[in-house]
Amino acid sequence: MSELRQIAFYGKGGIGKSTTSQNTLAALVELGQKIMIVGCDPKADSTRLILNTKLQDTVLHLAAEAGSVEDLELEDVVKTGYKDIQCVEAGGPEPGVGCAGRGVITAINFLEENGAYDDMDYISYDVLGDVVCGGFAMPIRENKAQEIYIVMSGEMMALYAANNIAKGILKYAHSGGVRLGGLICNERRTDKELELSEALAARLGTKLIHFVPRDNVVQHAELRRQTVIQYDPDCQQANEYRELARKIHENSGKGVIPTPISMEELEEMLMEFGILKTEEQQLAELEAKEKATA
Amino acid sequence: MTPLDEAGGAVSGEELIAEVLSAYPDKFAKRRNKHLTIARTAEGEETPGCGVKSNVKSIPGVMTIRGCAYAGSKGVVWGPIKDMVHISHGPVGCGHYSWSQRRNYFNGTTGINSFVTMQVTSDFQERDIVFGGDKKLGIMIDEIETLFPLNKGVTVQSECPIGLIGDDIEGVAKKKAKEIGKTIVPVRCEGFRGVSQSLGHHIANDTIRDYVLKDNANAEGGTDYDVNVIGDYNIGGDAWASRRLLEEMGLRVVSVWSGDCTLSEMEHAPKAKLNLIHCYRSMNYICRHMEETFGVPWMEFNFFGPTQIAKSLRAIAAKFDETIQQKAEEVIAKYQPMVDAVLAKYKPRLEGKKVMLYVGGLRPRHVATAYDDLGMDIIGTGYEFAHGDDYKRTSPYVKEGTLIYDDVTGYELEQFIEKLRPDLVGSGIKEKYATQKMGVPFRQMHSWDYSGPYHGYDGFAVFARDMDMAVNSPVWSLAKAPWKAAS
Repeated sequence: MSELRQIAFYGKGGIGKSTTSQNTLAALVELGQKIMIVGCDPKADSTRLILNTKLQDTVLHLAAEAGSVEDLELEDVVKTGYKDIQCVEAGGPEPGVGCAGRGVITAINFLEENGAYDDMDYISYDVLGDVVCGGFAMPIRENKAQEIYIVMSGEMMALYAANNIAKGILKYAHSGGVRLGGLICNERRTDKELELSEALAARLGTKLIHFVPRDNVVQHAELRRQTVIQYDPDCQQANEYRELARKIHENSGKGVIPTPISMEELEEMLMEFGILKTEEQQLAELEAKEKATA
Repeated sequence: MTPLDEAGGAVSGEELIAEVLSAYPDKFAKRRNKHLTIARTAEGEETPGCGVKSNVKSIPGVMTIRGCAYAGSKGVVWGPIKDMVHISHGPVGCGHYSWSQRRNYFNGTTGINSFVTMQVTSDFQERDIVFGGDKKLGIMIDEIETLFPLNKGVTVQSECPIGLIGDDIEGVAKKKAKEIGKTIVPVRCEGFRGVSQSLGHHIANDTIRDYVLKDNANAEGGTDYDVNVIGDYNIGGDAWASRRLLEEMGLRVVSVWSGDCTLSEMEHAPKAKLNLIHCYRSMNYICRHMEETFGVPWMEFNFFGPTQIAKSLRAIAAKFDETIQQKAEEVIAKYQPMVDAVLAKYKPRLEGKKVMLYVGGLRPRHVATAYDDLGMDIIGTGYEFAHGDDYKRTSPYVKEGTLIYDDVTGYELEQFIEKLRPDLVGSGIKEKYATQKMGVPFRQMHSWDYSGPYHGYDGFAVFARDMDMAVNSPVWSLAKAPWKAAS
């Protein structure tokens, strides 16, 4: 058995982290890897496509019912999904109460202490939108994920979030061993999306690992609570995920310490690509418009 | 010659401060220098000025003696209200380690109609942090109703995690107050707020304003002689000794805040014609509120030592009619033989002894004249959590040349004691044993060292006895370092 590899998927909320990660991991199984998914989102929807159902028994809900996390057994929380992928959801409080960040810390510590990671090749953390507090940074701390994959798109806020996550990685890169594995662009069909993604990757000192094209088959599969790999293994999109899985697998140890940029630099970059217009450009356009109507 | 100059010998007070600060890095020495001074009378002033920088953040690593906002609210202001149950809301430690720390005496039956010495905590576990503790709090209030049906209400004293996870204790309090028809007070006194316990006092005062004096306050009725004693926590029976004097001079004490106090007494407080405030630092806020809202004027008074007691009794009486003034004089005359006897016995034993104080927000000035009455000299005094107005009020109490220290660090206090070698140090439990090991007599001036009361004439007798007991204990003559005897 090869050494345990821990990776994590981060990205702006709604960008398609869970969908991308589950499809990719389903493809990674085909490479003979034993995988565990650790969902670190109170919504507990990081394993739905692998289990073909929404996981009800999260670590924290069971712990709350039993009294404390010490009262739990590993078997209570680890479920087996598509092609033996092991699935765990940290779970957490309903929106607006308690401390979900502390929940993530509790759940991950429980899994580690109880040997959930033994006999695994891959642990994959799927973390909610932004790294809002220390709890959600747990997977990027020391001795957790070695590589972080940021799921993003050509949208301004997705780029902004990616840069912020890079800042979080940088913070822990020197104390722990965490590295940025690369960017995964989940196509939104915005202007110059591929070029922009590659440019941001270059600025962050990393690479665009894969550009996942938009395909409705993902949506069709998702409605049936399945990955594309399971739903339509022969389609082109399934091959895209296989490609991404292969690249991630071969990317082992090739992560980098990111070089995040300032907000101003990010805006300048968008201007270079003509996506964000400078004031001069906007004025010129307005003038041209006025002339045309006159 | 100043008291300090006498005690310090060759070096002046200013030189002493400079010497002690010289151990610090420059930046830190500069910052601490603003908190230390020697009381000197400026030209045109009548009393020595002792203005220092105060009420700012302590420097990490200096072993500050301060407490936190939770200590200020639960420990000081709310804790002594005897017929309410005070929940230490959060993990168990804060409630446990502050359990029965303040010696607030009370009448009543514990567990039936008085709850002062009980430790009630929501004992937060990991799941309460993750999922929030509001449900637990609601259940707890129900359980308190079942266990202690004679309670008059509940206060929720927030510990740090409550603020961190954003629990809605106000929402729970509102809902439960409606359900059980009692006063439920949510107090946002998380320990990380503010620089000392002082903010906790303020927050607690504000919650009294918002939850006790708002809808339930009763300003109607009463007599022309109604007063409240504010800021007396009945340490070792202090409030009882104070109350006796006020009642003997013909006044009616509606409520004492908050020693041996009930919720109902607080609700009736606005009836009073005058608020008498002892601890200004911890309760001036509510006095200002009662003045603005109910038109109750307030005045400070001091019941430490016969000089200040007589002065205060006369000043209080001056706010009322001649009958009261007459009775005040009778009270002073009545106790004079007792005072004379105390002074005859103890003054010769204590005269000329040098004292250093380091207490909270009131006593560093208020007890000074009680020592004066015994012929003892205060050579250094300072506050843990005073504000600028407290140092202004300190001036009339100190003599020229007194060393003043604000939020003194463990190192500084030790150095000052070592260099000045006073005959007595009055401070708290954390300072007690370190001082005694230096061979210097010590009395706890927060808790009265399991003794008390120290307020009023009755208290002065106890105070004089206790100081004599500490200073003149034969044990000090036995404390000789063997290596010194050898050399």
